Amino acid sequence: MTSTATTIEEYQRGGYKYGFVTDIEMDSLPPGLNEDVIRAISAKKNEPQWMTDWRLEAYQRWLKMDEPDWAFIDYPPIDFNSISYYAAPKSMDDGPKSLDEVDPKLRETYNKLGIPLEEQMMLAGVAVDAVFDSVSVATTFKEKLGEMGIVFCSITEAIQEHPELVKKYLGSVVPQNDNYYAALNSAVFTDGSFVFVPKGVKCPMDLSTYFRINARNTGQFERTLVIAEEGSSVSYLEGCTAPQRDENQLHAAVVELVALDDASIRYSTIQNWYPGDENGVGGIYNFVTKRGKCQGKRSHISWTQVETGSAITWKYPSCILLGDDSMGEFYSVAVTNNRQQADTGTKMIHIGKNTRSTIISKGISAGVSNNSYRGLVQINKGAHNARNYTQCDSMLMGDKCGAHTFPYIDVRNPTAHVEHEATTSKIGEDQMFYCTQRGLSEEDAISLIVNGFCKEVLQELPMEFAVEADKLLGISLEGSVG
Amino acid sequence: MTTPILEIRNLHAGIEGMDIIKGIDLTINAGEVHSIMGPNGSGKSTLAQILAGRDAYEISEGEVLYNGKDLLDMDPNVRACEGVFMAFQYPVEIPGVKMTQFLKAAVNSIREHHGKEALDAVELMGLFKEKAKLLDLPNDLMKRAVNEGFSGGEKKRAEIFQMAVLDPTFCVLDETDSGLDIDALRTVAEGVNTMRNDKRGFLVITHYQRLLDYIVPDHVHVMVDGKIVRSGGKELALELEDKGYSWVDEKLAGAAG
Repeated sequence: MTSTATTIEEYQRGGYKYGFVTDIEMDSLPPGLNEDVIRAISAKKNEPQWMTDWRLEAYQRWLKMDEPDWAFIDYPPIDFNSISYYAAPKSMDDGPKSLDEVDPKLRETYNKLGIPLEEQMMLAGVAVDAVFDSVSVATTFKEKLGEMGIVFCSITEAIQEHPELVKKYLGSVVPQNDNYYAALNSAVFTDGSFVFVPKGVKCPMDLSTYFRINARNTGQFERTLVIAEEGSSVSYLEGCTAPQRDENQLHAAVVELVALDDASIRYSTIQNWYPGDENGVGGIYNFVTKRGKCQGKRSHISWTQVETGSAITWKYPSCILLGDDSMGEFYSVAVTNNRQQADTGTKMIHIGKNTRSTIISKGISAGVSNNSYRGLVQINKGAHNARNYTQCDSMLMGDKCGAHTFPYIDVRNPTAHVEHEATTSKIGEDQMFYCTQRGLSEEDAISLIVNGFCKEVLQELPMEFAVEADKLLGISLEGSVG
Repeated sequence: MTTPILEIRNLHAGIEGMDIIKGIDLTINAGEVHSIMGPNGSGKSTLAQILAGRDAYEISEGEVLYNGKDLLDMDPNVRACEGVFMAFQYPVEIPGVKMTQFLKAAVNSIREHHGKEALDAVELMGLFKEKAKLLDLPNDLMKRAVNEGFSGGEKKRAEIFQMAVLDPTFCVLDETDSGLDIDALRTVAEGVNTMRNDKRGFLVITHYQRLLDYIVPDHVHVMVDGKIVRSGGKELALELEDKGYSWVDEKLAGAAG
């Protein structure tokens, strides 16, 4: 009989399954950050002057800001001048006209990741805007969506093709000086996705982006902007993986969502960046600002995230509930193992009347990791009859990890209803024995128990994503029960 | 011809340096129902847990053969796949996992072990419905999370329901009667009785004789302080009921003195 303890060690050493590096020629800028670098990025992307100016303005603001230190995370200082801020595969210089023109090595990478870029996607009904380091490699289904007036392209392309929309909405939800990393992103963002769904159109398929960090020492700074006009709806999926490296890599993305009257945006993320090894060497620093603005009446924004990767996660997908009767939701599963650190949660800012928000957060800590939920529920003075329900559950595996909850509730209107529930549980030896006595292997037992714990969140994910999330949870936690 | 399913030979076991099982020999043949009775703390439940494969106990001496194979060498899930089932005294809650989802995983894991194809949802539902009828289980119970918010009686009935679904060769019932009212006790016993056949063996652990009115054992063993102090037929249970555990205890004391 193998003891549970040995199994733990075996599986914690199980390793990261996406840690391969694609060897292709890169066109990159030397490490360092200054105005010339920003101008160079802007020039490489052939951007109009207003965009270059916007970046430079953000850079000036960033210079005056300090790195935040309030999160419950710990890492050595980042040298922002040792990072290269632009990397693109060389073969992209002329840009592929169709999938056939895409570098076969790139295609191979995507295949290894299991992303179907071709016919399979038609069957899966997913349109992928794949981001390879900094340049969008292939955007599919664009034409089909185009017929309905939906724009789904890289942000670089949107700046060229739809400058009026970008000008109007870029920075309207996350201003340049919102926070340190958002300011940095505004200065140096290299690519990302752009979605525009016109009035009354229901996007017929889930839109999907696959982010992947490939080149060494490059930060990835994507910028994503999703706009849903009156009465429209869209579901957006985002999946992330990064190769295995010893040094830490910075990822500072900004995602902005805007929902007008009666519009609905569902944004789902599976984040599986390289978490570092069992000694905490390497891994992604994931410092991300995601925010949605329910600008219109009865608008609806829903964030669902499954966070299993990254050495450090610092991320608070939030909703500004501006329109009356608008609704914000945040469903999150955050898993930390080994030496991972996560400080994640949400902010629900109630401004309009009868605004509602729901927060369901499930934190799972294993190994010697630290997992914190940090959430703000703010009911402003004019937000009559606002309601919030927060449920915040933590699960611990073993006795060396930490789970922390930092809820902030700020109510300025007496008609508000705010509920907060929190539980902490331990995956018990009892539960494990019960499952194995019924014939389940230890891994299957953990998967099943964790799946049950996260059920309220997983059921919010689109079908094919839920299956992937389920597998990922199993892989991230195999053998971590002691 | 009798075929032994389980052979316990000179078993000694304990936890954290404390001896609990102090030399047990017991053979259960196919088709037999054995009952172990004994006062609290005599080691009955420990024996059940050891047979099912709980990690916490150290085996200091002896062996257990299951269908001729070394049972103690198997992981708990392998034992389960090989046909060992334990109905828990305290069934464990698994929040968020539906009973059907749980049993689907269990059934197909056992089938995989035997090189059989997984059952699909339709086949499984058919199986669940058939067995649920046997135990008079409310239909919604299957849609609820495993044991979560179940009453004491529902938990125990659900254990026997799982037993019926998983179709084991050797069943250990660990104080399945505790906390049951008389109607539930009867339902549970009927469920067990319909499963009795000449291929299967049962070990029924109980504190009280009353369960044995419904599940009539072939052999009764009395366990005191980690040892079987007396074995006999079903009438032994009645004698115990009549005279109380002090009877065997006194006899023990007398023999020692």
